[in-house]
Amino acid sequence: MLRTDALQAIYPDIEDKIVVTIMGAVAAELYMLGHKEHFFYLEHAMGLASSMGLGLALALPEHKVVVIDGDGSLLMNLGTLSTMARYRPGNLVHIVFDNESLLSVGGFPTATSTGTDLAGIARASGVPSVLEANTIEQLTTGVSQALAGETLTTLVVKVEAIGPKTFFMDLGLLENRFQFVRALEAMKQKKV
Amino acid sequence: MPVSVTHSRVIYAALKACDVRIISALPETWLVHLIRMAEEDPEVTLVRLAKEEEGIGISAGAHLAGVNSALLMQNHGFLAAINPIVSLALLYKIPLLMLISYRGSFGEKDPWQTQGGLATEPILRALNIPTWHLTDPDDVTRRIKDAQTLAHASLHPVAVLLERELMWED
Repeated sequence: MLRTDALQAIYPDIEDKIVVTIMGAVAAELYMLGHKEHFFYLEHAMGLASSMGLGLALALPEHKVVVIDGDGSLLMNLGTLSTMARYRPGNLVHIVFDNESLLSVGGFPTATSTGTDLAGIARASGVPSVLEANTIEQLTTGVSQALAGETLTTLVVKVEAIGPKTFFMDLGLLENRFQFVRALEAMKQKKV
Repeated sequence: MPVSVTHSRVIYAALKACDVRIISALPETWLVHLIRMAEEDPEVTLVRLAKEEEGIGISAGAHLAGVNSALLMQNHGFLAAINPIVSLALLYKIPLLMLISYRGSFGEKDPWQTQGGLATEPILRALNIPTWHLTDPDDVTRRIKDAQTLAHASLHPVAVLLERELMWED
C-alpha cells in the first residue's frame, strides 16, 4: 500500500476533523490532497505530534482529533503511548503509517524493519483499541470505526517506503499555526 | 517531608487565578503537593507524563485550542524538553508557562542535582526565555500572573524558577 493512496482513501473521513501530522513526506502528501485550515503539520519536534493531539483532544472533548504519526516519530516518543493510554480520550484517533523507514531523511531503516511491533507496544501500553491495517479496505474500515466510536484508537498501517517527489508546501509554518487557531475557534463556535 | 504545603497552596491558587485548565507534570520531591492539588481539582486535567518533552506537545495542543495550561517540571525535566521547546514552542510561537523546581542551586545537598543546577540558567538565557526567580510567597500570585501575561503577549515560553527558600522548609 502506498501512503498517498491510503491518505486518499481516508481523506473523506478526516477532512472535517482536526488533524495533526508529523513532518516531511506525509505532511506534503496530505497537503497536496487538499489542505484544510484545521490541519496542522508539525514540521519539526519529531515524536510530538501525538502529544499535541493529546493536548488538543483533552482541550476539545467535543471534537474528534486525528493524529497522523509515523514509525520513526513514534519510536522517538514511545512514552506517548503510555500517556495517551492513561488518559485515553475517546475523541482521539492515532494513525501510525509504518514504512519501516526514516524516509524523509534518506530512507534509513527503523527498528520496525527488524521486528519492533508498534501495535504490540501500543497494546502493551494500554491503548484500549489497537488496530492494524495491511490493505486499504482494512484501513478505511478501521478509521471509520475509530471515528464513529468513543474509544482511543491507535491504528498501525503498513505502507511502502515511497514518498512524494517534492515536500514543498506553499504554507508558512506560522501561517499554518495561526490559520489552525482560527479554524479551531470557528469549530468551537459552531458546536455551541 | 519538608516541602512547604503552605507555599504550594499559594502557587496552586496562582495557577487557578490564571485560569489554567491543563497541567502536565512529572513528579519530583518539591512538586509533590502541587501535583496532588492538581489531581484533586475537578476543574483541572492533570496529565502525568512519561517524559517532560511530551508536556511541550500537550501545552502546544491546548494553546492552539484556546485552553490555558502550565507545566510542572524539575530543571532536569526542562533540560530533557529542550528540543521540543526549540522546535515546537519557539518555532511555532507557542506560549508556555513553565514552573521549574530549581534543584542543584545554592543550598543543594544532593550531589546528583548540582550539574543540572549549574546548567539551568545559562540554557534559559541561551534560549532567550524570560525567567523569574520565585522566592517570596507574597510575590507568587503577581509573578505567576505576570509570567502568563508575558507568555501570551509574546507567544513565547516563560520560566518561573521555584527556589529552595520558597519550596523547602529546613
